Amino acid sequence: MAEPPVPPAVLRLPPDERRLIDGLRARDEDAFAELIDRYQASLVRVAMMYVGSRAVAEDVVAETWLGVLRGIDGFQGRSSLRTWIYRILTNTAKTRAQRERRSIPFTAIGDGEDGPAVDPDRFLPPGDPAAGAWASPPRGWDGLPEATLLGAETRSVIDAAIDRLPPTQREVIRLRDVEGFSSAEVRALLELSETNQRVLLHRARSKVRAALEHYLAEDSS
Amino acid sequence: MSVDVAPIACRQLVELVTDYLEGALSPQQHARFEHHIAGCDGCTAYLEQMRETIRLTGTLREQQISPDARAALLHAFRGWAST
Repeated sequence: MAEPPVPPAVLRLPPDERRLIDGLRARDEDAFAELIDRYQASLVRVAMMYVGSRAVAEDVVAETWLGVLRGIDGFQGRSSLRTWIYRILTNTAKTRAQRERRSIPFTAIGDGEDGPAVDPDRFLPPGDPAAGAWASPPRGWDGLPEATLLGAETRSVIDAAIDRLPPTQREVIRLRDVEGFSSAEVRALLELSETNQRVLLHRARSKVRAALEHYLAEDSS
Repeated sequence: MSVDVAPIACRQLVELVTDYLEGALSPQQHARFEHHIAGCDGCTAYLEQMRETIRLTGTLREQQISPDARAALLHAFRGWAST
C-alpha cells in the first residue's frame, strides 16, 4: 500500500508526535495503543464538560478516535497532533450536546466579566489610612497535612467549584490546570485571545481558591 | 531593591496573581508585584494558596481508563487498518 506523502508542516512537529503520526499512517497498532494510553482518560474528562454522562462521553471519545483514524492520512500538521485530536473531540462533543439539547459553551461573551477575585470585605475600606490592605488576610495552608490536601474530599470540593463556573471559565481551567495544556494550546482549541484566556483562567482559579480556602478553614478549626 | 513607582494595594495585587504566574506582567509591574510580596505576609499566603490551588486542581487528572474501552478501540483500529 502506497502511503500518502508527508505534508511539510508535519515535518516541523516534535519528533515524538511525528513518530506517532508515521505509526498511524503505517497502520501500526502500537502507535494507536500509545495514543489511547496517553489521551483516553483526558479525552473522556474533556468530553464530560459538554455531555451529560460518562457513557455518552466515552461514546463521543470513541467517535473521536474514528475521526482521528479517518483523518490521519490527510492530517496537514497545521496544529500539533494533540491539539488536532482535541479539536475533533470538542467538535464531536458539541454536536452531540446539541443533539441532546444541552446548553453548550460556544463563546466567551459575558464570561470574563464577573466579580473580583477576593470578597471586597476582606480588605480595609476606602477612607481607611491603609485602604485596600488585607483586613482579614488568608492563612497559609502549609500547616495542613498532605493527606487532607490530597484527600478525596478536597478533590470533590475542587470539582464542585469548577462545575459552578460559567462554561468558558470551566473549559479553560479544566484544560489548563487539570489536563495540563499550555496557554497557546487552549487559545488554539477554544479560539480565545491571549488576554481573554488569561482573564478566564484568573476568574476560574480565583473562585476555586476561594472554595478551597473556605473548605480548608472549616477543616482546621 | 528600591522601586520608585506607586505601590500596589493588596486588593489590586490579588487581581494580578494570574498575570504574574503566567509571566504576563511588564518588567515594571513584575518588580512592583515582587516588592509588595516581599513585605506582605497576607499576599505571600495568598500567592502560595493560588499555587497550591493549581497543584491540587491537577490531582483531578488521576483516572484510569477502562480495559473494555481500550480493547474496543483496538478492535476498531484493526477494522480500520485492514480496509
